Amino acid sequence: MKTFPIGGVHPSENKLSRAKAIEVLPLPEVVQIPLGQHIGAPATAIVAKGDKVLTGQKIAEATGFMSANIHSPISGTVQAVDMQLNGQGLRQMMITIKREGDEWVETIDRSTEIKRDCNLEPAAIIAAIKEAGIVGMGGATFPTHVKLSIPPGKKAECLIINGVECEPYLTSDHRTMLELGEEMLVGVEILMKAIGVEKAYVGIENNKPDAIAHLAQLATKFKGIEIVPLKVRYPQGGEKQLIAAITGRQVPPPPALPIDVGAVVCNASTTYAVYRAVQKQMPLIERVVTLTGKEVKNPKNLLTRMGTPISALIEAAGGLPEHAGKVINGGPMMGRAMVNLDSPVTKGCSGITIMSGKDAERKTPGQCMKCAKCVSACPMGLEPYLLAKLAQKKQWDEMEAQMITSCIECGCCQSTCPSYLPLLDWVRLGKQTVMGLIRARMAAQAPKK
Amino acid sequence: MANKLIVSPSPHVQSAQSTASIMRDVVIALIPALIVSTIVFGVNVLMVTAISVASCVLFEYLIQKLMVKGPSTIGNWSAVVTGVLLAFNLPSTIPWWIIVIGAFVAIGVAKMTFGGLGKNPFNPALVGRVFLLIAYPVQMTKFPAVENPALDALSGATPLAAVKASTVGAGALPMQDLLLGNMPGSLGEVAAVALLIGFVYLLVRKVITWHIPVTVLGTMALFAFVVAATSEGADVTYMWQFPLFHVLAGGALLGSIFMATDYATSPMTVKGQVIFAVGIGAITMCIRLWGAYPEGMSFAILIMNAVVPLINKYIKPKRFGVK
Amino acid sequence: MEVLLYTILTLCALGVLAAVILYFVAQTFKVEEDPRIDDVEKMLPGANCGGCGFAGCRGLADALVKNDDISSLFCPVGGGETMKAVATYLGKTAAEKEPQTATVRCGGTCEKRPRTNQFDGAKSCAVAASLYVGETGCAFGCLGYGDCVKVCNFDAIKINPKTGLPEIDADKCTACGACVKACPKLVIELRKKWPKNRAVYVSCVSKEKGAHVIRACKAGCVACGKCEKVCPFGAITIENHLAYIDPQKCKLCRKCVNECPTGAITLVGMDPLPKAPKPAPKAAPAAAAAAPAAAPKSVEGPATIALKASGTNPLILLNPKKAVMDSAAATSVAGNVVELKESGKNPLCLVRGKKAE
Repeated sequence: MKTFPIGGVHPSENKLSRAKAIEVLPLPEVVQIPLGQHIGAPATAIVAKGDKVLTGQKIAEATGFMSANIHSPISGTVQAVDMQLNGQGLRQMMITIKREGDEWVETIDRSTEIKRDCNLEPAAIIAAIKEAGIVGMGGATFPTHVKLSIPPGKKAECLIINGVECEPYLTSDHRTMLELGEEMLVGVEILMKAIGVEKAYVGIENNKPDAIAHLAQLATKFKGIEIVPLKVRYPQGGEKQLIAAITGRQVPPPPALPIDVGAVVCNASTTYAVYRAVQKQMPLIERVVTLTGKEVKNPKNLLTRMGTPISALIEAAGGLPEHAGKVINGGPMMGRAMVNLDSPVTKGCSGITIMSGKDAERKTPGQCMKCAKCVSACPMGLEPYLLAKLAQKKQWDEMEAQMITSCIECGCCQSTCPSYLPLLDWVRLGKQTVMGLIRARMAAQAPKK
Repeated sequence: MANKLIVSPSPHVQSAQSTASIMRDVVIALIPALIVSTIVFGVNVLMVTAISVASCVLFEYLIQKLMVKGPSTIGNWSAVVTGVLLAFNLPSTIPWWIIVIGAFVAIGVAKMTFGGLGKNPFNPALVGRVFLLIAYPVQMTKFPAVENPALDALSGATPLAAVKASTVGAGALPMQDLLLGNMPGSLGEVAAVALLIGFVYLLVRKVITWHIPVTVLGTMALFAFVVAATSEGADVTYMWQFPLFHVLAGGALLGSIFMATDYATSPMTVKGQVIFAVGIGAITMCIRLWGAYPEGMSFAILIMNAVVPLINKYIKPKRFGVK
Repeated sequence: MEVLLYTILTLCALGVLAAVILYFVAQTFKVEEDPRIDDVEKMLPGANCGGCGFAGCRGLADALVKNDDISSLFCPVGGGETMKAVATYLGKTAAEKEPQTATVRCGGTCEKRPRTNQFDGAKSCAVAASLYVGETGCAFGCLGYGDCVKVCNFDAIKINPKTGLPEIDADKCTACGACVKACPKLVIELRKKWPKNRAVYVSCVSKEKGAHVIRACKAGCVACGKCEKVCPFGAITIENHLAYIDPQKCKLCRKCVNECPTGAITLVGMDPLPKAPKPAPKAAPAAAAAAPAAAPKSVEGPATIALKASGTNPLILLNPKKAVMDSAAATSVAGNVVELKESGKNPLCLVRGKKAE
C-alpha cells in the first residue's frame, strides 16, 4: 500500500466520532467573524455597525489577490466591527452579528438535489470559487482560487484530493466523504476542469474502509477519478507527503511549490465547498466540525455556521468534561490550544479536541539522550534535536543551512521523544525567526534590482 | 470551570516510551544472558553484577547530588544499564574492589564529567572495562576454567585467546558450545543464543534498530571470510567456520547489540550508523587478527565513538525533496 | 649509549625542523593589523556583551580605529569615561551619552494580575509570545519566563519568585540592551539613570482600552490622563491608551505618582510626596446615575471620584473611606470591587458598575 517515503509516526487514532452522522448545530444567536481567517491579507469589512445583513451576503471583501471574501453566516444586524478576543486570547478584527431569523440571499440554491453538469469556463469556475471565499479547510486556510491559478510557465498534471485526515480524533472529512461523497466527486470534476487536468486521485487512509468503498463505487460514474487507499501514517495529510505518497514525486525544498511537480492538492471538505460554490452559488458559511475527546459525553460531527462560539459546540456535545485540561482548535498533533472558549469557529477549524486529565499535561522533560528517534520520525529528513539546540543558542544562520525552512511543524519529532523534550517549540521559534530574517534579506535586496 | 485551561504549543501527544522504560527494556534484554552466565560460572556472576550495578547507581547518585547539584537522575535506569554492561565485561572471579573502581571510572569519569546521560562521548561501561583491562591485566584476563575438552590445552583461556595463541584451530570448538556459552570468558559474552534473544526483544520493543548490530557482525564475517579465503591452504570448511567463529566468539554479539547501539555514543542517522558499524567491525577484526589483544571489540567501539561527532556533522539524513 | 644519543639527536632535529616550518607558515599567513586595535580592545571592558552592536569588544575596537567619525559608536558598559579615554588615545571625538539603566515596565505581579490559564510549553517568553496571550489576560505585559535573565551577561536581572516579574539590579546593569532585545513583549526599556538609582516610570505597556486593562490587571495604566494633567514639565504623554513618561523631560517631581488611581506609576529610590488633603469632590451626577444599584446611599455623592464609562461595564473609582461607611454598603459594594488600594493616605477603590443606560 502506498505511503510517503521518509519518517512519520503512528499515534493512537482515537477516531471516536467516526460513526456519528453529521448533525446540524442550532443557529447561534450571535456570531463573530474574524476578518483574518485565511493565509494572506485580512479581508476588508464592507458593512458597518447597524447594517442589516442576509445569510450568505458578502460582508468583507478580499484585500488583494492573496486574500479571501467573507460572507455572513446568519441574517441579522451588525453589532460591531472591532477588535475582539480570538482563541489565543489576542485581539483581532471581527464583525459581530446578532441573529434575526434566517433569511438567505435569494440567488443561493439551498436544495440538496445533486447538480452534476457544469458548463462554466475554467476562468469562470475560479472566479466563482474566489467569490465564495473558499480557502483550504484542512487547517492551512490557503485561498483556493490562488492555488487553482496556475502561474505562467507551470503546468498542472494531476489533481490530488486530500481525504487522508491523518490527525488523530478528527473525522469531519471522513463524514463529509461518506455522506456527501457524490457532491464531492462533482466538485473534483469541477476542479479538474478549472486547472485543465485529466486525472484526479482521492487519497484516503486505510482506516476509513467505508469511505474508500463508497467513493470507489461512486467513482465508476466519473471519468478520470481514482480512489487511492493509503497506509495509515501521520503526517500523510501534509501536502508534500500526500503528493509523494500518490505520485512518488517529492516537492523540492521551499520556495518550490506542489505545482513544480505538476500537482494541485485540495482538501475533501474544500472540494465539497467548491461544488456548492460553483453549482449552488453557496458561499463558504458553514462547515463540519468534529467535537471530540476521550471524556466528551457525545463526540459529534456538527454542521456549524462560521462564527459560532466554540462553547456552543462544546455544549452540544454534552458540555466541558469535568477533568478537561486542554481545549484544542484542531487535532492533537497540529491544533492550537485555546484560552478563550467563546472564540468563533473559522473556515480552517476542522475539529475541537478536548484533552482531559493526564493527557492534557505535558510530562516533565528530561535530558536528550541522542536516541535519534526524532531524526527517524521527521518526514522532511531534518534533525530536530539539532535544530532545537541551535534555536536555543540563537544560531539562525546555521539553522538555515540545516534547512529549517523545510519544517512543516507536523510534531512527529516531539511526539516520539522519550525524554519529552519540547523540540517543536524551539524548532518552530527558530523557523519563524529564520523566515523573518529571510524576508528581511529579500526586502533589502529588492530595491537594488 | 474549576481548573485553569492548560495551553501549550502543538503537538499535544507524547510518546508512550520514556527514558526509564527504554533503559528498563535494555536491562530486561540482558537477563537471558545473565541467567546463562550464572549457569556456566556459578552464583559469583550474580554477585559481580550486583556489586557493579549498586556501585554505578551509588556513584551517579552521589555525583549528581554533591557535585552537579541537580535533581536525582538514577530514576532513569541508565546507571543500572551501565552497571550490568560493566559486569558483563568482567570475569566472574574478579575481586569486588576492582569492580567498584571500574564503576567509578565508568560513571564518574566517562559519564558524569561530561554532563551525564546523553552527553558522554564514550560508552561508560567500555571506558570502565578498558581502564580495568589496562590497570589490572592479570585479574581481568584470568577466567575460570570451564570443562571443555577442546580447550584443555590452555586452561582458562577464552576461545579467542586460544585461537590467537594457535593452541587450537578456529574450527576446533563445537558450534553449540559457542551458542550456549560452554566456554570461558567474561560474564556477558559467553552465550550467543541468550544475547540474540535480547536482540530480538529490543527490536520488538523498538528500543534499537537492526542497522548497527547487523552491520557490525556482517562486516566482521565478511572480513573474516576474505582473510580465510586468501590464507594458504584454505578449504571450504575453514572458509565458513572462521567467519562464524569470529561472530559468535568473544564480545562480538554483546558489543554489537548492547554497546555499539548505545544512543549517546552512536550516530544519529541510519547512514551514519552504518559507517560507524562498518568501522567497528573492521577495527575489531584487525585487532583480533593482528593486534596484541585477542579481543578488540571494546577498543573498536571506543575508537568509533570518537568519530561519532564527525559523522553527525557530515552525514545528514536524506532530506525530503533534495536529489 | 648509542641508542640514547641517536634518540636525542633525532628528537632535536625534528624540533628544529618543526620550528622552521612553523616560522615560515607564520610568516606566510601573517595578518597585518593596526596595533592600536589591540590597545583599544584592552581599554574596553572586555564583557563581549554585544551591547555596542558588534559581536564582541574586538569588533568595536576595530571599528573605533578604522572609522574617522566614531560619534555613532558607543560602549554602553564602559560608558562615557571609557569612550573619552579611547577617543583621546585615538585623537577622535567620542559620542557623549548619559548613563542609562534597563527598566521593567510591567507591574503585573501574581497578585495584581491573576493567572487565567497554565502555560505548559517550553519555558521561554519567545515561545509563549508566539503562541498566545500568555498566562494572564494581559497581552502586553511581562510573561515571566526569564528570557531577559538568560541573556544578561552581568547577572543584573533576576525573576522575583513572589511577583513573577524580573527585577533589575541597577548597580550591576550596564545598559547593554541585551534584555531589551530578548523581551518579545518589549516590556524593558533603557531609561536615564539618576543618581542613587532613583526613577519614576509607568509600569505598564498595555495599549488596551482602560476597561480591558483593568479586567486583566489591577496595576495597569487605564489612561485616565490624571498624570498628564498634573505634570508641570509636560513629560507625560498619553498615546494608544497608555501614559508614557519621557525620561529626558521628567525631573522626578513625583506629582504624578500620587495621582495614579491604579498605582501604575512606579517610584524607585525616593519617598512619595506627602499627600495633600484633598477636598472631596462634589457628587458627579453622571456617576450617581450610572451606578444606582451598585452604590447604595452612603456611597453616592462625595465618595465617587471618577468614572470610566466605556462599554457595557463601566468602572467607577470610589473613595472607600467615604464609601464603606456602614457595613451594609460595604457588602453591597464588595461584590463589585475590582480593586482596593489600601496603601497611602488616600485609598481608592475601583467598582464595576451596572450597565449605564
